[in-house]
Amino acid sequence: MAGISYIRLRGFIRKEVLQIRRDPSSLLLGIVMPVILLLIFGYGVSLEPTNVPIALVIDESSPATQELKARFQLSRYFRPMTVYSMPEAVQLMETNRVDGIVHIRSNFSSLMDAGEEAPIQLILNGIDANRARIVEGYIQNAIGMWSQRFALQTGRSYAPPVVIESRIWFNAAADSTYSLIPGLLTLIMTLIGTQLTALVIAREWERGTMEALLSTPISSDEILLGKLVPYYVLGMIGMALSIILGVFLFEVPLRGSLFILIILGSIFLIASLGLGLFISSAARIQFVAAMGSVLSAFLPAFFLSGLMFDLKSTPEAIQYISTIIPAKYFVTITQTLFLAGNVWPVLLPASLVLLVMCVVLVAAARKKLGRRLPQ
Amino acid sequence: MIEIIRRILTLTIKEFMLIWIDPKSRFVIIIPPLFQFFVFGYSATFDLQNVEYAVLDESRTEQSRALLNHFSGSPHFELVGMLDSTSQISELINTRTARLVLHIPTNFADKVTNHEPAVIQVIVDGRNSNVASVALGYIQEITQQYGEQLQTAMMASSPKVTLVQRSWFNKNMETRWYIVSSLGGIISMVIAMLLAALSVAREREFGTFDQLLVSPMQPAEILIGKAVPCVFFGLADAVLLSIAAAYWFDVPFRGSIAALVVILLAFLFSVVGVGLFISSMSVTMQQGLLGAFVFIMPSVLLGGFTTPISNMPLWLQNGTLVNPLRYVVQALREIFLMGADLSTIWPYIWPLLVISAGTMPAAAVMFRLRTQ
Repeated sequence: MAGISYIRLRGFIRKEVLQIRRDPSSLLLGIVMPVILLLIFGYGVSLEPTNVPIALVIDESSPATQELKARFQLSRYFRPMTVYSMPEAVQLMETNRVDGIVHIRSNFSSLMDAGEEAPIQLILNGIDANRARIVEGYIQNAIGMWSQRFALQTGRSYAPPVVIESRIWFNAAADSTYSLIPGLLTLIMTLIGTQLTALVIAREWERGTMEALLSTPISSDEILLGKLVPYYVLGMIGMALSIILGVFLFEVPLRGSLFILIILGSIFLIASLGLGLFISSAARIQFVAAMGSVLSAFLPAFFLSGLMFDLKSTPEAIQYISTIIPAKYFVTITQTLFLAGNVWPVLLPASLVLLVMCVVLVAAARKKLGRRLPQ
Repeated sequence: MIEIIRRILTLTIKEFMLIWIDPKSRFVIIIPPLFQFFVFGYSATFDLQNVEYAVLDESRTEQSRALLNHFSGSPHFELVGMLDSTSQISELINTRTARLVLHIPTNFADKVTNHEPAVIQVIVDGRNSNVASVALGYIQEITQQYGEQLQTAMMASSPKVTLVQRSWFNKNMETRWYIVSSLGGIISMVIAMLLAALSVAREREFGTFDQLLVSPMQPAEILIGKAVPCVFFGLADAVLLSIAAAYWFDVPFRGSIAALVVILLAFLFSVVGVGLFISSMSVTMQQGLLGAFVFIMPSVLLGGFTTPISNMPLWLQNGTLVNPLRYVVQALREIFLMGADLSTIWPYIWPLLVISAGTMPAAAVMFRLRTQ
């Protein structure tokens, strides 16, 4: 990078900063959006069902079935509704007013007394299969505990099943905010790094100011740096905001080193910026650049990074695609740094891959930028 | 009247051509939606497969092996190592070599034979809380099966309560059905919204806005002319993706096609209204695009697409009532999986009409304000 003139660069950066300050939309994306996203992820995105409405159809009233009913009523997971016939329950299910039906038939006690198998029917609304499965687990648990107590009360011997004592490391309560907020850093930096920068060079081309710029003595290294620096600063502000809100508002622990987080965050941010600049100089139309960055950066950061969905459970082809997504490595880094600490065997390979991607992407952007005008 | 329709038609055709003739933007409204659809269709699932686990079996008995056989037979789990001591656990979990460790204590077999509760310890990596909870659910299920087998083997005649369960509308509880059935709605919204958000802003940035103003067209006519192509391309994408959901991912389509088209139209009008509002407010295309993005992100995250609205705090649940996506996501699922027709999805159609009745005039007002 021999041809860099400090004065030209400073002037160019000043122009970019003025453009960012003048246009409220950049600040909207850089500052307001991270805050909105943090609040949404902190409060709105949760996979843990509470107050699941279920219909209880109990055809036989006995102390045992009354106790089961009470168990459901006391649980914070359920909001049971007692109905008196199956058709009524089915109707509630079909209109989405309940997520499941628990049905105890009138011959339940007599079957139990006769020493036969006494079935309890459970019907779940499978549309939201994930929710259905979690609800199934809760109900199984509630009925298991109840039947155990019931057997003991009535003096029957009961072989207790295997009891699981689970320890969730790094996140004892399996709190989804603990996993989501660190992952969210990735999303926010992708937004600022790729989404916002993708628009800026495309805009210069579309408005024709790029042609004017190319006819000045400014070199393409200077253009590259002049575009990188202001958006890098904006991205780091977004990152700082997310860390502060995450740690102080949502009380996510930061068990690793803040310094390492900032260093690795910078590498990821520069890689994202490189991708954004590459897309915009390749597309040269803002609409196409916007779609291109949504497609190649934002959506993969959401779907293919392991932030929301588990990558190991996807088909192999998807797993291969995910290896070229920078966000995947940064999600691993942030979740490990926040929750587990400085675990070098995880951090080191991920940071090396990110570093390579960073160099490749910035070099690609530099090459695209260096192109002269189309004939 | 005929004159008005002719004028709107002219503008509509011009807008169509603007999108369709440029090879890059034509590409962008066809290929990315398809690509997204397939990638998300395959990646967006909460079902786990091949969760790496390690075993620390201190019991080493017939009983513990019987339990472990249940795990090795499950497609959800993949054995990555047998451990010899508890000191190895932390390294495996820390380095993500194993995502969970099953620890069977020495007294396991004794407890099982003495009919006492046999405790096994499970250590899970909580860095991804969702994977941790779902995996624990699977483990619960597997040990339950094992416990039931024990019970039947030991006391063949003892009475017991059994849970007979069925899942309606989605027998095998595939989360893919849940995601893919409504994916068309999401992707078409992104397309329609971006097109709308750019439409007015582009004229303004290029200075052709003034030319439009001195034409004989009324502001409302201009807006209609700009809305129609956005709704059209959004609808075309959504229908295409719904066909792909049914034929490629084999999601059952049990409802009526009329219901599908009507709900999509009502939905697209409401979001195009928002898009045009943003666009009228914007001075540059960048503002239009970023404004659209600021709308799209929260509405997707809070629309019940990946995580249920009913898990949110109540104040936020009430807030999502103005989110158009919420209605179309639920309606598409009901049309696909529950076989809903027009009359059953009416509760989702009218809120969208109300929202459109708000957003479209708001766009017109903003448009008029900005022209003065």
